[in-house]
Amino acid sequence: MEENKTLTKHSPGYGIYILVWLALVTLTALTAAVAGISFGKFSIVVALIIAMVKSYLVLSEFMHLKFEMKAFRVFVVVAILFFLLLIVLLFQNYSYY
Amino acid sequence: MSTENQAVVHVHRDDVGARMGMWLFLLSEFLLFGGLFLMYSVYRYNHQHDFHVAAEGMNIFLGTANTLILLTSSLTMALAIAAMQKGNKILSLTLQIITFLFGVAFLVNKFFEWRAEFRAGNYPGSPILTAKPSGQILYYGLYYTMVGLHGVHVIVGMTIIAFMIRFTIKGIINKDNYVKLENAGLYWHLVDIIWIFLFPLFYLIT
Amino acid sequence: MSNSSIALDGNGKLPSYLIDQGKHKGILAWLLSTDHKRIAILYMIGVLSFFAVGVSLGFLIRLELLTPEGTIVSAQAYNELFTLHGVIMIFIVVIPAIPGIFGNFFLPIMIGAKDVAFPRLNLLSWYLYIIGGTMILLSMVLPGGAADTGWTFYIPYSVRTGTNMVFTLSAVFILGFSSILTGMNFLTTIHRMRAPGMGWFKMPLFAWSLYATGWIQLLATPIVGITLLLVIIERVFGVGLFDPTLGGDPMLFQHMFWMYSHPAVYIIIVPAMGVISEIIPVFAHRTIFGYKFIAYSSIAIAVFGSMVWAHHMFAVGLSNNAEFIFSLLTFLVAIPSAIKVFNWTATLYKGSIELEAPMLYALAFIFLFSIGGLTGIIQGALNVDIYLTDTYFIVGHIHYVIFGGTGMALFAALHYWLPKMFGRMYNKKVAKVAFWHIFVGFNILYFPFLIMGWLGMPRRSYHYLPRFQIYHVISTVGSWVLVAGLLIMFINLLRSLRYGKIITENNIWGGESLEWKVQTPPIAENFEEIPVVTAAPYEYKENDEPVLEKEEII
Repeated sequence: MEENKTLTKHSPGYGIYILVWLALVTLTALTAAVAGISFGKFSIVVALIIAMVKSYLVLSEFMHLKFEMKAFRVFVVVAILFFLLLIVLLFQNYSYY
Repeated sequence: MSTENQAVVHVHRDDVGARMGMWLFLLSEFLLFGGLFLMYSVYRYNHQHDFHVAAEGMNIFLGTANTLILLTSSLTMALAIAAMQKGNKILSLTLQIITFLFGVAFLVNKFFEWRAEFRAGNYPGSPILTAKPSGQILYYGLYYTMVGLHGVHVIVGMTIIAFMIRFTIKGIINKDNYVKLENAGLYWHLVDIIWIFLFPLFYLIT
Repeated sequence: MSNSSIALDGNGKLPSYLIDQGKHKGILAWLLSTDHKRIAILYMIGVLSFFAVGVSLGFLIRLELLTPEGTIVSAQAYNELFTLHGVIMIFIVVIPAIPGIFGNFFLPIMIGAKDVAFPRLNLLSWYLYIIGGTMILLSMVLPGGAADTGWTFYIPYSVRTGTNMVFTLSAVFILGFSSILTGMNFLTTIHRMRAPGMGWFKMPLFAWSLYATGWIQLLATPIVGITLLLVIIERVFGVGLFDPTLGGDPMLFQHMFWMYSHPAVYIIIVPAMGVISEIIPVFAHRTIFGYKFIAYSSIAIAVFGSMVWAHHMFAVGLSNNAEFIFSLLTFLVAIPSAIKVFNWTATLYKGSIELEAPMLYALAFIFLFSIGGLTGIIQGALNVDIYLTDTYFIVGHIHYVIFGGTGMALFAALHYWLPKMFGRMYNKKVAKVAFWHIFVGFNILYFPFLIMGWLGMPRRSYHYLPRFQIYHVISTVGSWVLVAGLLIMFINLLRSLRYGKIITENNIWGGESLEWKVQTPPIAENFEEIPVVTAAPYEYKENDEPVLEKEEII
């Protein structure tokens, strides 16, 4: 089946992976550096945003999500939305008394 | 009646389906840890000061080192697959072994970290820990559970990679059939992603 | 594609999956088989055996409740009885039953595939199921005693109690893993293995229901998995996360437990609704009304059903905001279910209705599930629920929706599909006698629950006030009628496997989905050649325009 060879067509060279890795290392350094700065309530937001960017890079490039069928990306989005839904609804209980 | 049936082959092979199965399984792993992240968010919200105090005892150096180790191991894993796609068996094998060794390094670091904590008396049920304010107890509870569960997944991932190494040596994984290696890579990357979130949440609380 | 290596039988037909054709023979050919049809039968044996245990526990509970004081068991034993009854019925019977038995057997055939996407994982799912189920049975005899916390395992009691909690919770964890793998398998199967021409909107509605269910199994089960794992960890290591004296939050446990356990009831009911969607058109001889609405409603139930969990917690001190939101969402989640009921009813309208056993159970489903669903709406109202929480009203609701719903659908499916699976017809008259015993017994047993719950009878209660005794007595008598009906039904079905009239025709009932086009019983590969699908599902002759849609291959 041609699909079994899909990734050969899109097979990235080694270079792109090294670039992604450099970005990840940089972002890690950034996270650690920023941790020293006090954003108050927003510190966790900053940390999480950086973590999300890193995750996006891993998902999209290392895990080839951007090369897979659209359905795969839909699956990941569905799971993330489900999780966010849980947090939002859960906090309805804990944020208000 | 047409006889063009793409599913009628002697050996049913569907690499996309195989990867789809792995992706779906990873989503369930995400939700497994997700439950813990939910608890973390609630307990931290309710004990912000205590979490901050407890986190000050964390070894940021080891935490950062481990983050870099896992990120690099993700790189070597992705490179291992790329090498296999290009038919370079030796290179792929080498990279797989390096990935495995990075896993070992991660666990060794974890061992030293936990040993230090245990020696400081910060283990579940210890008199020192139980005497601390409840927010700090919860922090450590979450720390051991989440990092521990993550460690279990590192071990599982390493076991999977060990199998891949064996399959590669035997030629079961080869240039034309490497979906097993891809799936092993997917699992390993998930382990990396979970750590990407654990690191700031436990080590970098300002 | 030739099967020239397999010998044809006396009728010139390929041998059915019941004949051992692989390298194993006898019992091993079943225990090591990755054929989805054999695995389905393995699930059936497991589910029905555990169902018998669950029914017996219920029977004992009803006997005990004949009198307001303790009669036949101690208080401790009573706690274990209702805990085990719940754990077995929920985790080991109604969650796995329809997907495990009929999903496994018929999903691949209905979509024109030879098997599921991951046959070996399928077998693993079954082994995990059996291991988990056996552990629960063992927990009854191991020292320490079976779990006594109720099937909801609330902390702090589940952390403090001296009974076999770690063992029980481990069993439930393993069962959860079985469910996750099944969901993953079915989702991949539906995405990847549909026959040429079998677009999403040509799939039977049973397949749609399994798709929606698969997502809930995949995403929601891990949450209860980690929650129960944490109770185990709490008991063994004392980390404090679920220990209030160390800072643990009992409400957080409840949130996380219900985040799964509410969607779990949709795992329980959605496949059952899929079965009803299959049966009603066939025995009304009409195309199903509103195919797309029913398909989408399955997805809507899965989505909305994930947002209502805290309606199990209205009496424990939620914030005002949370109570309002969850009550509102609870009302909304009833809508897709109602859509299905309307569509089934519309399908019946002007249909040529045949009251065979499958149809009787399907109609019973609609009636009983509607009662259960309506009592659910009542409970969704905050002010009323404060009084109804933890009363027998809730227990009545539970049994109307689960037993009156999924239970009836399970029996309907058995009567509908068993002849196809084994090529034998049961005694139809006896089947109807059994049905009426079950239906009448069911209502005598459970309707009093609604009444006495409304009047204040608490649930899980070993002693009760004498004024409730009359309801309990009526209930218990109802349970005897029900059990008699169950026995008649199962004996009838079991006998048919050996002595029933042999069926040779493919299309036993006049259905239009693919399982009625293959051999009875099916051959090992399901199809001699994978079909190319052109027709929409449920096209019946004397009817409106069939539902032919442009399908999308996702």
